Amino acid sequence: MSTTVVSRSERPPPAPAGTGARRLTERVFRIRESGIIVVLVVFVAVTASIQPRFLNITNIQFILVNTTVFALLALGETMVVISRNYDLSVGSVLGLSAYLSASLFGQHHGIPIVVVFLAGLGIGLACGLLNGIMVAAGQVPSLVVTLATLYIFRGVDILIVGGKEVVANSLPDAFLNIPKATVLGIPVLAIAIAVVIAIGAYYLRSFRSGRELYAMGSNPEAARLAGIPVGRRVFMAFTVSGAIAGVAGVLWAAQYGTIDSTAGTGYELQVISAVVVGGVAIFGGSGSAVGAALGALLLNTISSALYVLGISPFWDQAIWGFLLLLAITLDRFISVRLTAALRVRGARHE
Amino acid sequence: MKLRQTAGLAVPLVVASILLAACSSSSTSSSGPTTGATSPASASSSAAAGLKTGMKVFVIPKNLGNNYFTTADSANSGGAIAALQSLGETGTETSGTAATPASQIPAIQAAISKGANALIVSATDPTALCPTLNAAMKRGITVITYDSDAPGCRDLFINQASTAQIGTSEVDVLAKELNDTGDIAIVSATASATNQNAWIGYMKQELKKYPKMKLVATVYGNDDPTTATQVTQGLLQQYPNLKGIISPTTVGIAAAAAVLDTSKYRGKIALTGLGTPDSLKKYVSDGTIKEFVLWKPNDLGYLAGYAAVLVSSGKVNGTQGQTFTAGKLGSFTVGADKTVLLGPPFVFTAANINQFNF
Amino acid sequence: MSDQLRPLLRWETGLALVVVVIGIVGASVSSEFFTSNNIFNLGLSYGEIAIITLPMTLIVISGEIDLSVASILGMSSALLGYLWARHWPMLGIFVFIAVVGLAAGAVNGLLITRLGLPSLAVTIGTLAVYRGIATILLGPNTVANFPTAYTNLGVNAVPFTGNDITYSTAIFIVLAIIFGVVLHATPFGRSVYAMGASTEAAQFAGIRVKRIKTILFMTSGLVCALAGVLLTFRLNTAVQNNGLGLELDVVAIVLLGGVSIFGGKGSIIGVVLGVLAFAGIQNALFLTNFNQEAAGIVTGALLLLSVFGRNAASFSSRLRAWLPVGRRSRGPDSPAGEPPPTAITPT
Repeated sequence: MSTTVVSRSERPPPAPAGTGARRLTERVFRIRESGIIVVLVVFVAVTASIQPRFLNITNIQFILVNTTVFALLALGETMVVISRNYDLSVGSVLGLSAYLSASLFGQHHGIPIVVVFLAGLGIGLACGLLNGIMVAAGQVPSLVVTLATLYIFRGVDILIVGGKEVVANSLPDAFLNIPKATVLGIPVLAIAIAVVIAIGAYYLRSFRSGRELYAMGSNPEAARLAGIPVGRRVFMAFTVSGAIAGVAGVLWAAQYGTIDSTAGTGYELQVISAVVVGGVAIFGGSGSAVGAALGALLLNTISSALYVLGISPFWDQAIWGFLLLLAITLDRFISVRLTAALRVRGARHE
Repeated sequence: MKLRQTAGLAVPLVVASILLAACSSSSTSSSGPTTGATSPASASSSAAAGLKTGMKVFVIPKNLGNNYFTTADSANSGGAIAALQSLGETGTETSGTAATPASQIPAIQAAISKGANALIVSATDPTALCPTLNAAMKRGITVITYDSDAPGCRDLFINQASTAQIGTSEVDVLAKELNDTGDIAIVSATASATNQNAWIGYMKQELKKYPKMKLVATVYGNDDPTTATQVTQGLLQQYPNLKGIISPTTVGIAAAAAVLDTSKYRGKIALTGLGTPDSLKKYVSDGTIKEFVLWKPNDLGYLAGYAAVLVSSGKVNGTQGQTFTAGKLGSFTVGADKTVLLGPPFVFTAANINQFNF
Repeated sequence: MSDQLRPLLRWETGLALVVVVIGIVGASVSSEFFTSNNIFNLGLSYGEIAIITLPMTLIVISGEIDLSVASILGMSSALLGYLWARHWPMLGIFVFIAVVGLAAGAVNGLLITRLGLPSLAVTIGTLAVYRGIATILLGPNTVANFPTAYTNLGVNAVPFTGNDITYSTAIFIVLAIIFGVVLHATPFGRSVYAMGASTEAAQFAGIRVKRIKTILFMTSGLVCALAGVLLTFRLNTAVQNNGLGLELDVVAIVLLGGVSIFGGKGSIIGVVLGVLAFAGIQNALFLTNFNQEAAGIVTGALLLLSVFGRNAASFSSRLRAWLPVGRRSRGPDSPAGEPPPTAITPT
């Protein structure tokens, strides 16, 4: 390399610090997302070649609708995980919200559906608030706090619900038809959720508070020193995650029609898997909402494929576990390369 | 420093107060069908009939928080605890929340520790409870199973309906709707549930009567709405000529009904199975389901309650052919393998479904 | 060693008090609480969970986590049933299961140390894979014809000890002593603490972090396989969902016992007390007709107490600093050993 001594005033202004780095990471995000899309396409192609009915419009509608709840949960979880936290309570929040909001129909005849959605949002918000306060102000590890609230919210749900259940008969047809409405063959619900995910992704990428979540996840100390209001951001992330889980609960009720105290049990590990498969680093600092939603879609597609192909459903768990391991290995590989590339780039900017 | 020491002391204090609050609340509040008081009047009448009174009986369903069992067990629905109270006994419902042996066994053991005279259990597993139940019987505790059996480890099994009849009636209902022709599938619960597999066995046998009907698949919904929905959807794609589905599980039939409740499938694919009237009213009224089968869970529980007292008082010992009377339900005969049948399964249709509220 | 123990001793003392309080309250509301029958039953019901908390303690202290424990237990249970149904000799089955347990742990360990993957994600994945293997092995079937000589460990007490001690309790006691000695009195144990406090510092100090972590995961696999065998014999049933969901309870107990999720702190004594507290509370609730449906709330509350109790001093001042009330205050000194919360509030 030539070493030319150039006086400072003559040196061309250096590229704004980090733009190259940022562009590189953006490219990596996109590669990661396209990676999932590639896997998805390959998977669908293979399944469809064995069983063409997999691609028939009804089945696609089924898969899309089934994914909506998980995609929503994945969005909320992504925000939390990016900031290097975990929200294990999402399943319990969903269950609580599903029952309480759906039971409103039976208790208040003629209540507008929008109000029920708001109620679900409110319940989720309250739960998320609790999580957020404890994690942000208490400075206690979110893994422990949300593990505890997983137990507590589920316990409250069981106490309230007891042996009762909300039955489809008490829900208005308009509500139960929400998952069934389609436009040009695409479920309206899927479109709505896609829009929500897009908004979430845009927020995370382009709003300062969204990007601060990434900073907090990459290096909490540096973020604090840089003046990012870490406590407030963490609080917001958990509150939003809770609110989203609350809305997901209402959608769950619309999809299944019968709700008891077991709704949403065990969802937390599935959501975290979807998020990780979707490229969100488990230690925070990177990943995208779109990737997470695609991860949820991939996992649901696999389940559906197994059932359609008639492969013993006993293989389902083993397969998604294997995929998860594959995804995190891949992510590790990418992040090692990325760090090396960034270091070289950083050196070049000297 | 001081604050942390105080915190260290605070924790045990808080725990103590939680426990004390719990204990005091448990004596006054009722979580639905729990402790009932003995009433003197009925005590004397059943004492007159030679039955023991003042017994402590524990009703242990597969799990708490299950609507079907709440109906079967509680006093206000006329279930097991109602029967026990009318005979002057104390009935308490207890169990875990996970419908697994690991969740149910501590409840059984605690009941034994609390001085149970009789246990009424719906078994989460046919064999896993046996060591515990056998130990109970060795201590002189009467063990009655209801709804789901643990063969060989109980004094008596109260079966909701003849296993054979449950299986055959469902196939017959479907055959009637399909004019004896077509491919059908079964959406079951968990793959290891005793009652499910027994019923499915009889279904397969009954199908031989309808040579133009074929069972193309049996899938498992694991009593989880999401899984049940996905397996049903999978069936629809895998077998485009599917004409009927039988789902002998309340969670499964509700989930399958939700899937089929669209103009595309309603009426084109017949659905039947075992379900509770409340959860299926909507689907019966809009035609997704024409008929389905069940029994009355509260009667099942009531009979189990009576049986527990009768066995404990030495009036019934499980010998085949013995007869006894179970209060308002009338008389029953013990069948083979120490089993008592509640009666024939009940067929619910659009005509009668609104009479029921469970 | 005493440096690690001293700050924790405060937590263990508090926890010991909790256990005593539970005992007193339990005995006062139910005369059956301290009967040998009840203690025996507790040992039966919680024996396997208790045994699994021991290697989990070391793993968490070393800075990792293993969520696949319940699935290794399930896989070993399924193997036991599968091989027994195919008439393998019992001794051969035991050896095979031990090897599989070690292998399962090794897979975890290698993925985490050689590939550098985060243990939370890896063990969520292996949780599914191992449970999946259990499901594939047994499918819908149950194996329930084990010889009574073995299933009696679910019924009989250990001979010569009166009627209180179950086999799983005895095994737990023995293992607790072994793990306790290893953790607190050997260089191996000190290395575990060191790598939990700082992996890099430990590596620079010459500690073979990767090898030790792999050993820890393999130990966990072996112990979970043992627990799977115990559970299967106790229930006399091998079925694919044995142990489903156990991992969260195990993690909850370990955290309750004062082990820090960040690594580097904790003790076996604390975890043993945690086991007693957890089992004691659930048992007391069952014996008192308390609404069992809410037992989870108590577990969750205890867990919260276990983290907040330790942070109580700093919590209130941090809350004040964080609330937007216009008052700006510096953050307090952190309690010894916790990662320092630099509460530099923006001006």
